[in-house]
Amino acid sequence: MEILKMTALELSKAIKSKEITVRQATQAVLDAIADYDGTYNCYTCVCEKEALERADEVQKLIDEGKLDASPLAGVPIAVKDNICTKGITTTCSSKILSNFKPTYNATVVERLNEAGMVIVGKLNMDEFAMGSTTETSYFGATKNPWNIECVPGGSSGGAAASVAADEAIIALGSDTGGSIRQPCSFCGVTGLKPTYGSVSRYGLVAYASSLDQIGPIGKDVADCAAMYSIISGRDEKDGTSMDFEKFDYTEVLKGEVKGKKIGIPSDYFGEGIAKDVKKKVLAAAEKLKEMGAEIEEFDMPIVKYAIPAYYIIASAEACSNLSRYDGIKYGYKSESARNLRETYIKSRSEGFGMEVKRRIMLGNFVLSSGYYDAYYKKALQAKKLIQQSFFDAFEKYDMLLGPVAPTTALKLGESLSDPLKMYLGDIYTVMINIAGLPAVSVPCGFDSNNMPVGLQLIGKPFDEKTIMQVAYQYEKATDFSDKKPNLIKA
Amino acid sequence: MDYEVVIGLEVHTELSTKTKIFCGCTTEFGGEPNTHVCEICSGMPGTLPVVNKSVIEYAIRTGLATNCKITQYNKFDRKNYFYPDLPKAYQVSQLYLPICQNGFVEINASEGGKKKVRIHEIHMEEDAGKLVHDDFEDCTLVDYNRCGVPLLEIVSEPDMSSADEVIDYLEKLKAILQYIGVSDCKMQEGSLRADVNLSVRKKGANEYGTRTEMKNINSFKAIKRAIEGETERQIDLLESGEKVVQETRRWDDSKGESYAMRSKEDAQDYKYFPEPDIPPIEISDEKIEQIKNALPELPEKKKQRYMEEMNLPEYDTGIITNSIHLVRLFERTAEICGNPKDAANWIMGELMKMLNDTQTLPEDMKFNQDSLGKIIVMLNENKISRNTAKKVFEKVFSEDVEPEKYVKENNLEVMTDTGAIKGIIEKVVADNPKSVEEYKSGKEKAIQFLIGQSMRALKGQAPAQEVTKILHEILD
Repeated sequence: MEILKMTALELSKAIKSKEITVRQATQAVLDAIADYDGTYNCYTCVCEKEALERADEVQKLIDEGKLDASPLAGVPIAVKDNICTKGITTTCSSKILSNFKPTYNATVVERLNEAGMVIVGKLNMDEFAMGSTTETSYFGATKNPWNIECVPGGSSGGAAASVAADEAIIALGSDTGGSIRQPCSFCGVTGLKPTYGSVSRYGLVAYASSLDQIGPIGKDVADCAAMYSIISGRDEKDGTSMDFEKFDYTEVLKGEVKGKKIGIPSDYFGEGIAKDVKKKVLAAAEKLKEMGAEIEEFDMPIVKYAIPAYYIIASAEACSNLSRYDGIKYGYKSESARNLRETYIKSRSEGFGMEVKRRIMLGNFVLSSGYYDAYYKKALQAKKLIQQSFFDAFEKYDMLLGPVAPTTALKLGESLSDPLKMYLGDIYTVMINIAGLPAVSVPCGFDSNNMPVGLQLIGKPFDEKTIMQVAYQYEKATDFSDKKPNLIKA
Repeated sequence: MDYEVVIGLEVHTELSTKTKIFCGCTTEFGGEPNTHVCEICSGMPGTLPVVNKSVIEYAIRTGLATNCKITQYNKFDRKNYFYPDLPKAYQVSQLYLPICQNGFVEINASEGGKKKVRIHEIHMEEDAGKLVHDDFEDCTLVDYNRCGVPLLEIVSEPDMSSADEVIDYLEKLKAILQYIGVSDCKMQEGSLRADVNLSVRKKGANEYGTRTEMKNINSFKAIKRAIEGETERQIDLLESGEKVVQETRRWDDSKGESYAMRSKEDAQDYKYFPEPDIPPIEISDEKIEQIKNALPELPEKKKQRYMEEMNLPEYDTGIITNSIHLVRLFERTAEICGNPKDAANWIMGELMKMLNDTQTLPEDMKFNQDSLGKIIVMLNENKISRNTAKKVFEKVFSEDVEPEKYVKENNLEVMTDTGAIKGIIEKVVADNPKSVEEYKSGKEKAIQFLIGQSMRALKGQAPAQEVTKILHEILD
């Protein structure tokens, strides 16, 4: 079987049984990048030399039997470019960090290294994860493999597109307001936004610290579950990471849909949702009903506060998190600056893109004295109410079901001219981050333009297992995840 | 017109925990620039803070020792400001829920008696780095070694009304912090820093005047001068019909004057918000109880005990209990020599003189704590003379010699052989016929000269009474 067509679990199995070497697997991915990334622009950096060296190291460990317990040993992986990799550029797709090489590895990177995975490169994203299209990247937009005139979604657009275009076997993304789920929906792949506190954020360059979470993007649910089992778990270096029972991905494969109570928030199908999206998501609900789930609609009027609350909280934290980039210590430094003050101002003016500047200003505004109570404090109140309404819903349901995004992938350039419209596209995803819940995005069909549609299943805190079990059964019962785009060589 | 001055203090104290507040780097003072740093305290992208549990414990200890209520549900907040010594461009601090609130420290009031200086709050925060201005290269360098060293900010109410009260408050506070072992309080190393908020008003007025803030004054003497200078400046302004402007001022101790740094209008908006990287910290009743039970005897209590149990004068006990280093020396000395009174006298007399003469602070004393006790024992057992004892103590103070060994090696022991002593004195008498003549002709004073000469000949190694006795035997 062709390496690139395999899932990560299949590939690791083939490597362990000596059908394929780690070097062959790594080389296959590197070749795919060489052939296709000119078209899709998924990567900000490919580390060929390091990857091949590492492949041989991993091969040795596998041969010695030291990685038998790792479900993904030997599998090449690509990592979103806001996750710190020691000695390898970590740019956040921003000019201001375009030359930044961290001196340390993020905890997730340490964990995937321990699991014997091989990092092949860093993935394109919206600058500092701010955006829903991957168009705000300093390194240019990533193209949607299903239609190169469309965006791949964002901010983990490079990650979702690389998996869809077989330029990666599996990838790590990050999700602050939908940044894993929405690009997965747009590119027809599967992604998990884990519970806040279940995956260490140590080494994830912060956008909005109370919302950010790293998660897997893969070809199917089982791969994401295996990846999640590797990266999750308490980390001493992240005070917000939590202790919980070790996640066993094989449990995910054994679940059942029958008897599961699934709630559908009617407010997720209101104004603004595309007809095709609504149809496909409701059809998925119907399918799950056939499979034995109990489906019920309920009202969740709090949805209307989600977008303003999210953009206030996220921008406030972002403006603080991003004020350290000054052109002095690391990163881009303006060459035309003649003194310290100019170095600060010019480096930041030239180093940040429009969307990032917009959110820095918005954040400073909502935090400034005189406005704090009217905006930030209100947003925190809304956060409490949102958490409460999920809490109430989970009294009745095992999980919630809805669309990931109101539309399928938009045309390139469409959102840049109208940021407010782009923000509204996050309506179904941001609440999950505000409430800190896990949610999975799985393909559930295609619209009339043959663009993928994603289904979102939202779970109780630290109950990744249940949503992934249902997603896995749904995936098995349908063939949407098996569909592949026709790829265009560069 | 009579004025009164109203002063409140913000004291920053660096905690002497082994490691920094959010990472494992050492808090040790000094070190080559940027050697006590890691990716966390230098604010590298992606790093996160994890709170050092000792910092919480030290803060609780401080709160309990200053009669505060401990906040059991704690949060940290971000104070956002941009400055080159602050690599994250925000300081993690506590605004909304400081760990200690509503305490007090008792001080001596200027008008006599005691008074309470109320503590509004104590909160935890991280220190910033240090800018080093290199005049020679005409550039400024930044040293992050101090970044992330844990600080407590102790905020008093405006309850002090003179420079003396401020100094007494600071001394009391410093003593408490040293007693409970949370800080070494070395002002010269910046581990104790004070910002002075000061206003004046007409005596008896109800409303406070407009206050100014003087930042980071780095010695008690400078604080005293700064307060006196600022009080005078504000009174002069009011007397000449002008207004005090609310502003931050810098005290230049060498010129003896302050100048404006920034006014209230330019005051920075710190855009505080809850620190998302640190979850709330809950402190149990048991934890507080446990820390409370482990608190050592505090200065005021110790002072009372010294006065009651050891019958020491109030002044002496006040001086000794003001410094944990003097307390340690005192208690060890008293234990060895078995006589607290002697121990106190030596500390108040000889030691104070040496500290003064050499401009040494009690915390910088370098000698073995057993030495003074051993000297007193030798003196009390008449093994050495008082003069010798003083000289040995000087050697102990300056070179940390071992007193018993030193006495032996330098033959400083008192001569116990009365025959030998007598022989030497007889020689002195024989060598000074003129003085002997004078004494015998009734000039009593002449014997003093002979005693002096004898002591010299004996190198001070015989007790003066013994010498006097023998002289009288010979001459009378």
